[in-house]
Amino acid sequence: MYQFNFEPVFAAFDTLLIGAWFTIQMSCMAMLLGLAVSIFGAVGKTSGVRLLNVLVDIYVEIIRNTPFLVQIYFIFFGLPALGIRMSPNQAALLALTVNFGAYGTEIIRAGINSINRGQIEAAQAIGLSWLQVLRYVVIKPALRAVYPALTSQFIFLMLGSSVVSAISATDLTAAGNDLNSLTFASFEVYLVTTAIYLMMSIAFSIAFSVIGRTWFAYPVNR
Amino acid sequence: MIREFGTGEVIYIVLAIRWTIALSLIAFLGGALGGLTVALARVSTNNSARLAATGFIRLFQGTPLLMQLFIVYFGLNIVGLPTSAWLAAAIALTLHASAFLGEIWRGCIQAVPSGQTEAADALAYNYITRMKDVILPQAARIAAAPTTGFLVQLIKSTSLASIIGFTELTRAGQVISNATFKPFVVISLVAVLYFILCWPLSLAAKRLETRFDRAVAR
Repeated sequence: MYQFNFEPVFAAFDTLLIGAWFTIQMSCMAMLLGLAVSIFGAVGKTSGVRLLNVLVDIYVEIIRNTPFLVQIYFIFFGLPALGIRMSPNQAALLALTVNFGAYGTEIIRAGINSINRGQIEAAQAIGLSWLQVLRYVVIKPALRAVYPALTSQFIFLMLGSSVVSAISATDLTAAGNDLNSLTFASFEVYLVTTAIYLMMSIAFSIAFSVIGRTWFAYPVNR
Repeated sequence: MIREFGTGEVIYIVLAIRWTIALSLIAFLGGALGGLTVALARVSTNNSARLAATGFIRLFQGTPLLMQLFIVYFGLNIVGLPTSAWLAAAIALTLHASAFLGEIWRGCIQAVPSGQTEAADALAYNYITRMKDVILPQAARIAAAPTTGFLVQLIKSTSLASIIGFTELTRAGQVISNATFKPFVVISLVAVLYFILCWPLSLAAKRLETRFDRAVAR
């Protein structure tokens, strides 16, 4: 009968918490940067400029049809051949941003397409500037329409970020790996690490629903 | 001694696709069986079945696949099975696929209008006939596009099996990259091979979706 031994895991629990905090910071940063990429991508995709359209398509299709692990290996091991060198943590952040940007572009594009053309024409008719139309009439309602899809994509991003431990970035999974090689209590270490991830994803989904209710708290006429 | 990156190395990487495909197929078939069970439990009238299915889905969708792989890998030994990366990857990916397909198919089953269930009840069909002949065939049409989309996600997910030491496409690339010191070329080749595998499926998913939308709009 296997004897479970959680003692060494909880003795070093603070190292796991440090890793978890890093995962949260890195995921949030990647989400914000990736969101900016997505908005540019989606606006480019819906702009009607043919070249932009093709470029965004190529970016989105390449990222969505290759594994994240291969993307991160490419950035960390492949790019130095072109003279671009990064620390593991920088490479991890870049990979997560590029990855989230592609999925986000598709999501936000769908949101922009859901906006009635009449809304934009009405906004132009009452004299809003081009930037005001984009900001208040296109992007905000588009984000509102796809908010649930965007938040679940963020949770995927956070969970997927455990893969960055493969290039020894200092995230929660890497903290688990270190603890594993110190204690040899593999099963217990990863069980506790997984529980922390589960807690984080529950906490984020609650936080997102609260944020969604405050940010997008205006009535819609349908 | 640095190895040259020649035809032999390219063939080694290309042939490693068979393990990626094999693992994807096992996880998909196992996941289809598990997913159907989870989806049916999720829409059943039995409270405890519904609760168990919901818990299963939340657990697997709320934790990283890499952690699921590690737990199965190190847990095999505890339940008395031999520690093998192959077995661990197959089990973890099957469970993972069951949870995701279960959630996707639940949505598809619930998208079938409730009048269909009522009509089946009115004809005194039993549960099995109602599901097999009335509800599931209609749900399958709705499910075609998202299921194909998930297959792409699953193929990409099999790359994580390389981290626990299973030699599929990603790991084969790593091995060659370490031996030849040509990471840029090797990893690009691996990425292209994944793309060739996934892109047709992505296109098929998109086509199925537009065809379905058009059929429903009519």
